Amino acid sequence: MTTEIGPVAARRADAVTPAYKPKGYWHTVAERLSDDKATIVFLTIIILAILSAVFAPIIAPHDPYATSMIARLKPIGTESYLLGTDELGRDMLSRLLYGGRMSLAMGILPVLFAVGIGGLLGVLAGFAGGVTNTLIMRTMDVFYAFPSVLLAVAISGTMGGGAASGLLALTLVFIPSLCRIAETATTQIRSLDFVEAARATGASSLSIISRHIIGNVLPPVFIYASSLVSVSILLAAGLSFLGLGVEPPTPDWGQMLSNLRQAIYIQPLVCALPGIAIFIVSLSFNLVSDGLRHAMDVKS
Amino acid sequence: MSSTAIREPGTSLSTDELLNVSDLSVEFSTRRESVQAVNGVSFSLQKGEVLCIIGESGSGKSVTMRSLMRLLPESRTHIGGNITLDGQDVLAMRNRQLTAMRGSKVSMIFQEPMTALDPVYSIGDQIAEGVMRHLGKTRKEATARALELLELVRVPSPERRLRAYPHELSGGLRQRAMIAVALSCAPKLLLADEPTTALDATVQIQVLILLKKLQEEMGMGIIFVTHDLGVAAQIADKVAVMYAGRLVEYGLARDILLNPRHPYTIGMLNSTVRGQDRSVDIEAIPGNPPDLRNLPPGCAFAPRCGFALEQCSAAQPEPAARPDAGYARCIRLDETAKVAERHPIKA
Repeated sequence: MTTEIGPVAARRADAVTPAYKPKGYWHTVAERLSDDKATIVFLTIIILAILSAVFAPIIAPHDPYATSMIARLKPIGTESYLLGTDELGRDMLSRLLYGGRMSLAMGILPVLFAVGIGGLLGVLAGFAGGVTNTLIMRTMDVFYAFPSVLLAVAISGTMGGGAASGLLALTLVFIPSLCRIAETATTQIRSLDFVEAARATGASSLSIISRHIIGNVLPPVFIYASSLVSVSILLAAGLSFLGLGVEPPTPDWGQMLSNLRQAIYIQPLVCALPGIAIFIVSLSFNLVSDGLRHAMDVKS
Repeated sequence: MSSTAIREPGTSLSTDELLNVSDLSVEFSTRRESVQAVNGVSFSLQKGEVLCIIGESGSGKSVTMRSLMRLLPESRTHIGGNITLDGQDVLAMRNRQLTAMRGSKVSMIFQEPMTALDPVYSIGDQIAEGVMRHLGKTRKEATARALELLELVRVPSPERRLRAYPHELSGGLRQRAMIAVALSCAPKLLLADEPTTALDATVQIQVLILLKKLQEEMGMGIIFVTHDLGVAAQIADKVAVMYAGRLVEYGLARDILLNPRHPYTIGMLNSTVRGQDRSVDIEAIPGNPPDLRNLPPGCAFAPRCGFALEQCSAAQPEPAARPDAGYARCIRLDETAKVAERHPIKA
C-alpha cells in the first residue's frame, strides 16, 4: 500500500467523482419528508403564509393604514373589502397580509437567535463540563424558574414594549430550554466512542466540536426549535394583545385581535380573523415540526 | 515472523525499535480517592511486530493503550514513566505535536464499531477526514484514497459503501470501515482495543486474518488488546499478560502460550476451551480480581493463587527470568514449572 495517491488512485478519482454524489443526511430527510402528505400540506401553508407576508405590498388590495369612517366594521364579503373592515374602516385582508409579516418574524426570528445563542452556550457547557457547565447551566435555571409568559411580559414591559423589545424578550425566553437540550445532547455525545475515535485520528477540540459535536447536536436542537416557532407566534401575539408588541398602527395579528375585541358582538367573524390566522399558522408550524422530527430520525 | 529476542526494556535503543515503554504508571485521581490503573509497565515493540496484551476486564489493558496516545483526560490522570515512540518522547509532547501524531503515526481501532463511527457522516467522509487533515489532500483526492482503503480492507462494493452511513452497515463491515479509518494515513503503530470482541465468531476470524495480512503488507507494529487467548495465539509475536495494572508475564507468544509460568497465565490457559474432552471440567480461577483502589502490598494475584506463600503477600515480586527470553513476576517459578510439565498445554 502506498501513502501517495498513485496514478491508479488518480484514475480512480476521476472514475469515481461522477458517481460520488453523497446522498447526505439532509437529502435523506427531504426524501422522507416528501413521503409524508400531511406535513407537505402544512408546509405549503407555511410557505404560502411567508410568501404572502413578503409580497404583501404587491398582493394587498388596499393600503393597510387607510381608514374610512363610512366603511367601518363591514362584514366579510363586502364589495372591494373581501374580508370586511376593522373598527377604523381599514381593509382586513390587507391588514392581515401586512400583519403576517410582523407575526411570522416574531415567530421565527427569536427562535433563530435563541438557537444560535442557546445552542452554542449549551455545546460549550456540555463540552467543557466542570465549572463552566455549572456557571452556564445554573444561570439558565434562573431563567427557567419563571413561567415563559411572565418572563416575556416582564422583560418586554420593563423595556417599554415595541417590536425590538418583544424580539429580545422572546429570544431570552427560548434560550434556556434550547441551551439545556444542546447541553444534554453534547454531554451524551461527548462520551461516545466516536469522539474519542476522532481524537485518536488527531482531531483538535475545535474540530471535534465543529464537526462531530455540532453535527450530532443540531438535529435534536433543530427539531425542538421548530416546535418553538408556534409557541413564539402565540407569545408574540399575546404580547401585542397586551399592548407590549408593535406600536399601532403597524398591523400585527395579536394587536388586531386586541383592538377588534370590542366589536365582537357587531362583527364576530371579522373579529375572529386574526385569531384564525394565528391558529392556522401556529398549528401548521407545530405539525410540520412533528413531521420533521419523524423524518430526521433516519435510523428508525 | 519476528525472531526478535525479548530484551529488558531500556537497555539498548536499536534502530528497529518502534516503541519503548518503560515503567509506565497511570493514576486516576478524583478529590476523594485515586486509582492506580497501571503500575510499572515496561515493554518494547520492534517495527512490524505484534504485541498482544492479555488480561481480564479492569486489568489496565485499555488504559495502557490510551496512555500511549495520551487519550486519557489530562486533568484527572497522572502518567509516569517513559514512552518513546519512533524516537519521540510522547509524554513530553505538546498539544500540536500530539494531534499531528495521532492518526498519522499511531492510530487506534475501537472495540465497539457501532459507536466509534459518527452516525451523521458517511463512511467515505470519515475516512477522508484524517487523510485531509494529515496528508493535506483535497476532498477529491481523499475520497479516492478512501475508496482505495475500503478495497484494501476488503469491503464488498466499496463505491456504494463510501456513501453509506454507519447504521446501514453490518457489524463486520463497520469494523472494517473503522480499520480503514485507522489505516488511512499508513500509521507505524496500530493500537487495537479488542477489535473483534463485539463481532460474531465467524466475522472475528475474518477481521483477525485481515488485520494480520494488512500488518504484513504495511509492516506496521500492532498492539492488540484482548482477553481471548485464541486471538493472541493467532496474531501475536509477543504476549504481555496483565493483572491488576502490572505485567505479570512477558515474552514471545509461543513461549508464553505453550509454556506459561506465572500462576495467573496458567490459570487463564486452563480456563480456556481448547478442544479438551467433554468430560473434562474447565478450571476457573477462584476469587475475583482485586480492587485497584486498595491493592495488597505484595503480589496482587496472591489471594487467588494456589502457589502462594506468605512472602508473596509481603512484597511485590520482581520479574524473574523464564527459561526463554521472557520474564514472569513470580517467586515460585520452579514450582510452577513442575506443574506446567505435568499438564502440558496442547497447542
